[in-house]
Amino acid sequence: MLYLFCPTCQRDCDETELSCGGQAHLIRRDHASNDKDFYKYLYERKNDKGIIFERWRHVYGCGKWFHTARCTITNQVFGSYSAKEVQPPKSILANIRRSRVDFKGWVK
Amino acid sequence: MFYGKSNLWYIFFELAKQGLIRENKILKRYSFSSIFTEAFRDNLGWEKAWAKHQPKKEYQIIIVGGGGHGLATAYYLAKNYNITDIAVIEKGWIGGGNTGRNTTIIRSNYLQESSIGIYEKSRFLYETLSQELNYNIMFSPRGVLMLCQTEHELRAMKRTSHANKINGVDTKMVTPDEVKEIVPIINIDGPRFPVLGALWQPRGGTARHDAVAWGYARKCSDYGIDIIEQCEVIGVKKKREKIVGVETTKGHIKAKKVCFVAAGHSSILADLAGFRLPIESVALQALVSEPIKPIIDCVVMANTVHGYLSQSDKGELVIGGGADGYNNYSQRGSFLHIEETVRALVETFPVISRLRQLRQWGGIVDMTGDRSPIISKTPVDGLFINCGWGTGGFKAIPGSGWATAEMIHNENPGKLASPFSIDRFLEGRLIDESAAAAVAH
Repeated sequence: MLYLFCPTCQRDCDETELSCGGQAHLIRRDHASNDKDFYKYLYERKNDKGIIFERWRHVYGCGKWFHTARCTITNQVFGSYSAKEVQPPKSILANIRRSRVDFKGWVK
Repeated sequence: MFYGKSNLWYIFFELAKQGLIRENKILKRYSFSSIFTEAFRDNLGWEKAWAKHQPKKEYQIIIVGGGGHGLATAYYLAKNYNITDIAVIEKGWIGGGNTGRNTTIIRSNYLQESSIGIYEKSRFLYETLSQELNYNIMFSPRGVLMLCQTEHELRAMKRTSHANKINGVDTKMVTPDEVKEIVPIINIDGPRFPVLGALWQPRGGTARHDAVAWGYARKCSDYGIDIIEQCEVIGVKKKREKIVGVETTKGHIKAKKVCFVAAGHSSILADLAGFRLPIESVALQALVSEPIKPIIDCVVMANTVHGYLSQSDKGELVIGGGADGYNNYSQRGSFLHIEETVRALVETFPVISRLRQLRQWGGIVDMTGDRSPIISKTPVDGLFINCGWGTGGFKAIPGSGWATAEMIHNENPGKLASPFSIDRFLEGRLIDESAAAAVAH
């Protein structure tokens, strides 16, 4: 069972309260963009084996979105941060580096 | 009593074996006479089912992934197109991935024409696969029953049954009473999940999943295809966007064509080749109960209660459940999904409520946006991909191998594979297959 911290409620909540929204920090281009951009936004995913940044929603709680850093092999969680962030904050990246020395940082 | 080198029986059979091998390799085949002969010599004469190889410097074709789909691809390349300069490379062991982790269900009761094409081809090939491979895959067409437990599901299944009729797939709708007759242990009255009907495919069923991989591996080895286990791909060599080989843990291997058939790990290989896939990997779980006497002689799938059930030849109830709600490569799955599956199945099959769980396991499945597979060319010239089978790849092994072999040989997807190209996501022609997963993953 995953336990994630909801930044809005300021408390830990378990997997059954949450709903995963997939890869975080996707970029949705404006109307002037082409089909390829839209395809990338809709379907193309990094699907990394290792550290990922993803979106979660506290459905059976506040209903608000937030971001989480997690390892997809061990399910170790490295902390949550606000859904307003456009990229992972430094504190989260430092947190990851503390246990994963070979972590290369966030890639778009 | 018949064993010992001075024994006359031993000498007789040894001579007989050598004679037979020289003439037409009868002993290499599994047959009544080979079992009979081995019975008299303590089964010491069986050869390894497939040869273990170290990689050569170069191959015409490299298949990355030694599961059912990869081996079937290599097999049909050899059988249909006479190409045997192939290496199948596998990072673990043959059939140790999703081929050995599924619930072994075979069916083809799909809604869309393109899906029916490949899954029905597959089911058809499964029927004679044991004879073809000379390996008992224990194909058991015991019938697959897809329950309808809501009005909406009933309507959707009726639609599927019409689509099946049009496309020549042998299925029909059955009434709740007929369901009760087929599966006496079922509770059709509800109250929460009453059975309103079911889609019955009598020719669907199960097969021994490991045997499918082993049978293909043995036949591939027989054709002279190199099966290289414990060999992980760690890099892809390209020259001007054309594939020239792969870097592996056992060194560099050159190849004219490469095909990735790596299920849940496809995205990682694609990343090495420099592109991304419309795929997300999640853990899907299954479990078996303790073995009991036969209580159910077909496969039952219950979409609404999110589980499917059949009984193995050992007597264990094989129960497949839901996928995790988030991406992971953990090969475990979260406990709450087991609970969810079992809780719901107990309502439909009250008789299983006292059973204990014997084993539970997880596999990493590759989910596409429309839950239909990808059999396609890639942005890299000479590199092909077969992935995205998600939660239902086992039933498709022969058909998928057939279609992928055709694509690799012709360097273009044929009739079976063409609807499943990666382009469909860009072009917006998704294969809306509501029946793709037995349960709504």
